[in-house]
Amino acid sequence: MTPSTIELTPTAEDRRIARHAAAAIVLTVAEAAIPLPLPGVKPGLANIVTLVVLARWGWREAVWVSLLRVLAGSLLLGQFLAPGFFLSLSGALASLVVLGLAMHLPARWFGPVSHSILAAFAHIGAQLVVARLWLVPHDGVFYLTPVFALAAVVFGLLNGLIAARLLRELQRVSPPQAGDPMER
Amino acid sequence: MRLELADWRGLLRPGDVLVALGGLLVCGYALLALWQGGVPDGAVIRAGGKVMARVDLARERTIEVPGPLGVTLIEIRPGRARVAADPGPRQYCVRQGWLTQAGAVAICAPNEVSLSLTGRAADYDSLNY
Repeated sequence: MTPSTIELTPTAEDRRIARHAAAAIVLTVAEAAIPLPLPGVKPGLANIVTLVVLARWGWREAVWVSLLRVLAGSLLLGQFLAPGFFLSLSGALASLVVLGLAMHLPARWFGPVSHSILAAFAHIGAQLVVARLWLVPHDGVFYLTPVFALAAVVFGLLNGLIAARLLRELQRVSPPQAGDPMER
Repeated sequence: MRLELADWRGLLRPGDVLVALGGLLVCGYALLALWQGGVPDGAVIRAGGKVMARVDLARERTIEVPGPLGVTLIEIRPGRARVAADPGPRQYCVRQGWLTQAGAVAICAPNEVSLSLTGRAADYDSLNY
């Protein structure tokens, strides 16, 4: 085989990110098949992966996984650069910022469920702002805020519980190695 | 591997419950703030095309509005208003009854009197129906 002139050797971290992003993308695509009563209200199952990665591998990897998921998920669903893509992207970016702050809350009191609900609120907040400024330049978009807020609480709670349980199972199977960012 | 309900509860930390409750509060606040747009806060009475009075709907009172046919009687109650009596022949504005939504209008055309309710979010007037 002709040796390649550029050699890319993926590190263990790269492989881990790719694996987690793949799981998140599968959840995004699977979720797109679920019929939903309102546009914009969806469970956001892929965020379970983001939460797990955040708790086990830190914020930087969570950012990678989340943004790769938004990009690849939109390509697979044919949404790339469509309005829905920018809504997902703005929601994901806001969530990541909030997660970056929320992860420093005392872990004794605030677990993945808190992270999940706070991130869900950041998500709808950013989406509403983008929708108001760009897609629907009318205050009418805020009319559905109560519905979105309720969805954020319910799905944030469920996703957070699932992530917390996954983290517990993972802890049992493979306790985090020394040097893990969020070891506790 | 089966988890009972109690096990799921074990995954919640004290702060998580607070965050969830806070989220519900935001929900409730948004509901009250955004879905009560139709509450009127005042009434505007016009006679002969000119604004005759702007009143709030806080306290009860009765207002007599003179027109070419006679006196139209407007009744204000907390949160609502109506045309109680009018000398017009068809009584449309009287039969409309109590106006309770911001943007609602009762027009007594023969006597050139109109009553309309104002509010923060008067998106539609009642003539739009």
